[in-house]
Amino acid sequence: MQTGTALQSEFNQRLGLGEDHDEKQYLTFLMAGEEYGVDILSVQEIRGWTSATAIPNAPDFVKGAINLRGTIVPIIDLRLRFGIDPIAYGPLTVVIVVAVEFKEQTKTMGIVVDGVSDVYSISEEKAKDVPDFQESSSSQYVDGLVNVGEKMVVLLNLQKTLQI
Amino acid sequence: MSIDLSQFFEVFFEESFEGLDVMEAELLNLRPGEEDSETINTIFRAAHSIKGGSGTFGFTSVSDFTHVLETLLDQIRDGRRKLTSEHINLLLQSVDCLRAMLSALQNQSEPDASESQKLKAQFERILGLSSSEEQASATAQAAPEKQTYQIDFKPHAHLFKTGNEPLYMIGELAELGDLDIEVFTDAIPVFDEFNPEDCYLAWRFFLTTSSPTTAIDEIFEWVEDDADISVTLCGGLFEDEAEESIASSPEVENAKPSVKPTPEVVTAAAEKPLAKANAAVAEAKKSQDNASTSIRVGIDKVDSLINMVGELVITQAMLSQLGEQDMTESTVAALQEGLAQLAHNTRDLQESVMRIRMLPISFVFSRFPRLVRDISQKLNKQVELKLLGEQTELDKTVMEKISDPMVHLVRNSLDHGIETPEQRIAAGKDPVGTLTLNAFHQGGNIVIEIMDDGQGLNTEKIKQKAIANGLITEDDELSQEEVNELIFMPGFSTADAVSDISGRGVGMDVVRRNIQALNGSVEVSSARGVGSTFTIRLPLTLAILDGQLVQVAEHTYIIPLISIVESLQIDVKKVSRVGKNLDVLRLRDEYIPILRLYDIFNHDGAIEALDKSLLVVVESDNQKVGLLVDDLLAQQQVVIKSLEANYKRVDGISGATILGDGRVSLIIDISGLVKLSGLRKPGSQELIIEQNAEAVS
Repeated sequence: MQTGTALQSEFNQRLGLGEDHDEKQYLTFLMAGEEYGVDILSVQEIRGWTSATAIPNAPDFVKGAINLRGTIVPIIDLRLRFGIDPIAYGPLTVVIVVAVEFKEQTKTMGIVVDGVSDVYSISEEKAKDVPDFQESSSSQYVDGLVNVGEKMVVLLNLQKTLQI
Repeated sequence: MSIDLSQFFEVFFEESFEGLDVMEAELLNLRPGEEDSETINTIFRAAHSIKGGSGTFGFTSVSDFTHVLETLLDQIRDGRRKLTSEHINLLLQSVDCLRAMLSALQNQSEPDASESQKLKAQFERILGLSSSEEQASATAQAAPEKQTYQIDFKPHAHLFKTGNEPLYMIGELAELGDLDIEVFTDAIPVFDEFNPEDCYLAWRFFLTTSSPTTAIDEIFEWVEDDADISVTLCGGLFEDEAEESIASSPEVENAKPSVKPTPEVVTAAAEKPLAKANAAVAEAKKSQDNASTSIRVGIDKVDSLINMVGELVITQAMLSQLGEQDMTESTVAALQEGLAQLAHNTRDLQESVMRIRMLPISFVFSRFPRLVRDISQKLNKQVELKLLGEQTELDKTVMEKISDPMVHLVRNSLDHGIETPEQRIAAGKDPVGTLTLNAFHQGGNIVIEIMDDGQGLNTEKIKQKAIANGLITEDDELSQEEVNELIFMPGFSTADAVSDISGRGVGMDVVRRNIQALNGSVEVSSARGVGSTFTIRLPLTLAILDGQLVQVAEHTYIIPLISIVESLQIDVKKVSRVGKNLDVLRLRDEYIPILRLYDIFNHDGAIEALDKSLLVVVESDNQKVGLLVDDLLAQQQVVIKSLEANYKRVDGISGATILGDGRVSLIIDISGLVKLSGLRKPGSQELIIEQNAEAVS
C-alpha cells in the first residue's frame, strides 16, 4: 500500500517523529580518480575556474580570493589540501561554492575539484567509518565511506576540510 | 477587530527611547529654583507620549509608572510644587528605570518591577496625600483581581482549511495568564480514515487571568463560525472549581488539570510552543546584538537622492537611445559625453548614499552630560562639560564603535585628570573643572578631542610604574611623548586605588585597540598641572577609501591614500644597509626603512633592484616607512569588503575590494604590515633600526 506508507511518513514527519530512513543527498565530484561527496544542502553553486587574487602568506592550498557577485570568496584547492599532486587547471576544472557553518559564522568558500560527478541519496547509517590509519593525516577530513553500486564514495567533512 | 499591534512595537520603542533621551537631556538642563516652563513642558510631553504609547500597546507597567512621574511634572508645571534637586535626581533615575523596562519589553522579557516600585513609592511620598486618590486608582489598575475562566474550544473539522492555527490561539491565551490545557483526542478516527487536513482535536482551557473576557473573545473572534466556543467564569478558587468540573466531565482523559501528555499528539503539540519559545529567546538575543538597525534620515538627504536617481534615469535613457543608432563619429562623441555624465551621476549618487549613513556626532555626545553629572557627583568633583562641534557628521558604524572608548576616556579624565575642588583651589585654579569634547573634520578624518584642565599626566609616576611593571628599565631615556605613550600599554594603571570608575588597568590599551580596529589612532598630550588632551582620529567612513593602486609582481595592491606621504624613485647613493638585510633611505633629514612588499608578501617575480622600482613613503603611528613596489597604477575610490567574513584575518591586509574589471584586490594595512615585517618591537612604538631582525626575510 504505497499511499499508506507515504502518508505515514508524512504523518511522522509532521509530528517530528523523524523518518525511519533518513537519507541525505550528496553531490559528488571527482579528484584523482576518487569520488568524494559533500552534503548537497551546503552547495551554493558550481562554476568554472577563474583566476583568483593571491592572498599573501596563505598556505599553498589557498589559491586566492575571487569576486562572487560582490562578495570576497576564498578558493581552496582540494588536491593540495589533501596532499595530492596538483594538475594544471583546464576548462573542465570546476569550483564548487559551498557555505560551511563554523562555530562563529557561516563562511562561503570555493573548492577546486577535477570535475563534478553525480548526486546520490545516501543514508547516513550506511556510511562506514574510515579505517583509522594513524599515518593518514587526510582521514580527519572524512566523515565516512559509502558504497554506491560498484563505486565507493568518500563523504567529506567540510567543516574540518575548510578549517583554515 | 484585532490589528496586529506588534508591527508597531519597533516604532514605539524607538520613539520611546528617543523620548527618554530628550527627557534626560532636558532634565540635565534644569536647575532647581530657576525652572523654565518650556523645559518642563518638553519633559512632560516626552513622558506623556511614552505613557500614551505604552498604554496603547498594553505595557501597563510602563504606563502606570509614567503616570506618577507625569503627576509630579504636572504639579511642577502648574507651579503647585517647587522643583528641588531631589526631584531632578528622582526623575533621572526614573528615566533609567523606564529605559531598562522598555528594553526588557523590547527583548520580549518581563521588566523588573522592583526598581520601578521603589521609585514609584518615592514619587508617591513626594506627591503625598494630595494624590492618594490617584494612588489608589493606580494600584487598583495595577493588580485587578484574577479570575479563572473555563473555555471549551471544539473546532469543526474544516478549521485548518480556513487558515486558522489553534496553536497560535493557545499561545495567545497563554500570554493572558496561567493556562492549563486539556486535550480531547477521542474524535481521532482509525488510521485509514484519518484525513491529515481535518482537525479532530478539541480543547478545554482553564485560564487564570486579570484580563477581561473581551480579551479572550478577541482571540477566538476569527474562528467563531468554525468552532464551538464557550467561555464561562469559574469564579472562586481555581483549584476547587477545576477539580469539580473535571469530576463532572467523564470524557476528560487526564484527571488533573496540569497537562500530562500521554497521547503522542499532545506531545507534539506541547513541543511546538517550546520550540517557539526557544526561537523567541534566540530572536531576543539577536535583537540585542543589533540594537539599532534603523536610522532616521533627514528628508533633504532623501530628496537629493531622488533627484540624483532622476538624473541617472535620464542619462540611462540617453545612452540607450544612442545605442540604437548607427555608429557614426558624432554618435561616438555623444556616447563618450553620455558615459562621462554617467560617471558623474554615479559618483554623486554614491556620495549621497554615503551621506545617509552619516549622522551628527551629537548622538554620541548626548550621553555625556548625564555621565559627567553622575560621576562627578560620585567623586565629589565639580565639573562643567563643554560640547563643541556637535553637528560634525560621522559614519553610523564608526559612531557606534567609538562611543565606548570615548566613555572610557571621559571617565578617565574625570577620575584621574580633574582634581577635587580643594586641590584645585590649592593649585590656584577655578574649583570647577572643565571637560571639553570637541569634534571637527580634518582632511578625510574626523578628529575628536577630549580635553580636561586637570592635573595632567604625572610623568614621574608613569615612569616608576612602567619600571615596576617591567615595561621599561631605569636606564631608558624617554621623551615626554614616549612616556605618555606608556599609558596605552596593556596592564598599565597609575590610579592608587582601584575604583569602579577607572583604574583597573585594562582600559587604555583596549581603548587604543578599539580605535585602531577602526583604522584610527589615539594620542595624548599633557602638561603637568594644566591638563591633558586625548585626540582620536578616525576615518569618516569605514565603507569607502581613497586608494592608490600599486603593482607588485603580477599582483595589484591598494595603499590607503591617506597614509601616503610621497612616492619617489630611489637614489641608490642615499641607501645604506643596516644590519643583515634592512635598507634605509636617507630622505632629507630622515631615515626611512625600506620594506620590500614582495618579500613581506612572499611574491615571486617582482623587481628587486632598488633603482628600478618605486618607493611609496607612508606614515603609520607617527613613523615613516617606505614600501617598495614595482609600479604605481591608478588612484581610485574603493569600496571596502571584508576578507575576514569568508576567510580569516590576514596580517598586513585590512580588507579587499573589487576593481573595475571585477578582479579582487587587497588593501594594505600599513601598521599591520610594519608589524609583520618585524621592524617594530612588539608593544613598542620604536622602529628597530639598529637590531633589525631576521623576520624581514
